[in-house]
Amino acid sequence: MAAAHRAPIESGVPDPMPLMHPVMRKNYGKWVYHNHPKPGVLYHRAAGGDEIWTVKAGTQRQLDVHSIRKLCDIGDRYADGHLRFTARSNVEYMVADASKVDPLIEALSAAGFPVGGTANSVSMIAHTQGFLHCDIPGTDASGVVKALMDELYEEFVKCEMPNRVKLSTSCCEINCGGQADMAIIMQHTKPPKINHDLVANICERPAVVARCPVAAIRPALVNGKPSLEVDEKKCVCCGACYPPCPPMQINDPEHSKIAIWVGGKNANARGRPTFHKLVASGLPNNPPRWPEVAAAVRKILATYKADARPWERMVDWIERIGWPRFFEKTGLPFTKYHIDDWRGARRTLNASTHIRF
Amino acid sequence: MPKKVHETPMLDQLESGPWPSFVTGLKRLAQDNDMMADLLGQLEASYQDKKGYWKGGTIGVYGYGGGVIPRFTELKDANDKPRFPAAAEFHTLRVQPPAGMHYDTATLRKLCDIWEKHGSGLIALHGQSGDIMFQGATSERVQPAFDELNEAGFDLGGAGPALRTSMSCVGAARCEMSCFDEARALRAVINPNLDDMHRPALPYKFKFKFSGCPNDCVNSIQRSDFAVIGTWRDNIRIDEALARAWFAGHGMEQLVNDVVTRCPTKALSVKRAGTESKAAHVSAVRMSDDQVLEIDNHDCVRCMHCLNVMPGALLPGKDRGVTLLVGGKSVLKIGSTMGTVVVPFMKLETDADLERLGELARNVIDFFADNALEHERIGETIDRIGLANFLEGVGLPIDPNMIVEPRANPYVRTDGWDEEVAKWEERKRDAA
Repeated sequence: MAAAHRAPIESGVPDPMPLMHPVMRKNYGKWVYHNHPKPGVLYHRAAGGDEIWTVKAGTQRQLDVHSIRKLCDIGDRYADGHLRFTARSNVEYMVADASKVDPLIEALSAAGFPVGGTANSVSMIAHTQGFLHCDIPGTDASGVVKALMDELYEEFVKCEMPNRVKLSTSCCEINCGGQADMAIIMQHTKPPKINHDLVANICERPAVVARCPVAAIRPALVNGKPSLEVDEKKCVCCGACYPPCPPMQINDPEHSKIAIWVGGKNANARGRPTFHKLVASGLPNNPPRWPEVAAAVRKILATYKADARPWERMVDWIERIGWPRFFEKTGLPFTKYHIDDWRGARRTLNASTHIRF
Repeated sequence: MPKKVHETPMLDQLESGPWPSFVTGLKRLAQDNDMMADLLGQLEASYQDKKGYWKGGTIGVYGYGGGVIPRFTELKDANDKPRFPAAAEFHTLRVQPPAGMHYDTATLRKLCDIWEKHGSGLIALHGQSGDIMFQGATSERVQPAFDELNEAGFDLGGAGPALRTSMSCVGAARCEMSCFDEARALRAVINPNLDDMHRPALPYKFKFKFSGCPNDCVNSIQRSDFAVIGTWRDNIRIDEALARAWFAGHGMEQLVNDVVTRCPTKALSVKRAGTESKAAHVSAVRMSDDQVLEIDNHDCVRCMHCLNVMPGALLPGKDRGVTLLVGGKSVLKIGSTMGTVVVPFMKLETDADLERLGELARNVIDFFADNALEHERIGETIDRIGLANFLEGVGLPIDPNMIVEPRANPYVRTDGWDEEVAKWEERKRDAA
């Protein structure tokens, strides 16, 4: 039998050098200057004078082979047969001749890939798998992103925000979409509903007990069967027990809500990197276009765009105007749930008389 | 003969609008792929019911213990038969991309052909850890799909309690801010440790990420257990011609409001030409015949802001290297934590430098394997045992660059004070 198996070649990470555009390969580590000629286009110059133009376009990330081949056709015809992808699933084509930029933009636009996402744009939303492939999703990922990017399309192609705006979405509180200027994240509001008939057979009970961040889960005999029970007063509805124990269903079509978090930043530029903070919750999970979420996102972005100064990321803007004014300007309600009570939370309280009037 | 396409009234609403529609792509695949036709049926049910219908399992390829994400449908009829049988198995292969996600079209076309032959034809470029995700294969086709991808030069990525697929920014390939060879460093750290990726046996996941400068475009500080971020020790370099061109276009108001006052450590000042400091640690660039921008590089924390505003006019110095930070992770279980500094600076130019980084990476993985509790990330381990114990465990010296401020409480036993002072003096002598 063993002879039937092919042993894997443990080749690991492929070498990008043979795949890279030749002008990038030639000038690897030798770039000295860049600018932003127009939305969706970057210009870079190397020490020796070589130049390269990059045209960036948004994609749907979940790409069918026909769309990928379309991107390849464009690359072969207009961009020397090379392309790369960004961490946010945008595609980038590089050309070493300025006259190739406009035909490339036309080809991408004609094929339905919006050119933009550079500099002070709202870039493509980092996201995950959702209903398409995740085993624990509270909502979809690609669909939320498609709905929101339709709404934010102008901000993707125009690059008119005060600074970069990075968004993410996540289908549960594990937050696989990651930190962002604005993150749209599922927030469960009820403890898990437990199917006690299945727990003993499916779940490794001590591991599930250990997974709970607030020690709200304990072993119990229910209807004569070994199961688990949840102290619902302690439970923070985070859903951490659900992946290791699917009979502890946390997703609820009505009570799983959507929350919005703002002010995350991973760059060290200006202040240190920051985590995003909760500003809104209780929004309905309303496929296929999540209009309530879209309206809240648009309102926050419009307020930031109108009020922030040049180079202020969302967090820089809020640091200047203060949280009370953020809530005032965006019209979002401030509730007791905004006040952190997790460990170390007193650091987030105002231990001063610094108050803006 | 392709299967009848299911009615998908909710998904259909995601075909309109200016952004590219994944639904249109799925429907195109469904025209000649039964799995995708049924996948659309299940996805529509999820939209209608607001519920996910996948469960995990154990599917893999011969020789590896991870890298495949198994998915079996839970959407069954009254007789416990899958409602959408052609998509009852919909597994994903996670595949490591070339560092920096560079492709030529021939390579991408080959990947498409392989996946069209064995799978659903749906590929995510890329997953949040950086994998190329080949989504939608039956249990039977996982092995032949992997064999062909593997023969084409690609290897599975990480899943489960394992070393995970890594990412690096575009970096040296096209960015003047790049402070090290990101792609080479990524391959030098990941490729010797593939056993920990392909045969998951760590307490939990472990991620490395590589960003060429403190702008951290791959979000290594928040998204990786071990972040390698480019930086420099010497003065910011200046290009007077580009600085003058910037000033001519933007003027004093923007120089003050957008550059000088946004410096987080007040390391920048505007001086009248001729009055600027001549000290060795000061970069002074003439913005016009009358005005000089002065940068005190001792106060500068390499935040990148002024370099970002005036590209090319200000550039990273020549004495480049990396800062290493450990412990970044997302929410589970103690809340999100950032990576924190464990090596303030190391050179990363020669083979010997890369070997040192590789050894340190291996030490940290080994420490994690030996000391972390089950399902604990290294950031949580550090939270539990304290940074000093972690550093001692992996053999790194303490450094005041690792803290924002010293402790503000007296709850510490300090009877080893004199020995610790002696260590500090010894490190100072060694460094001199």
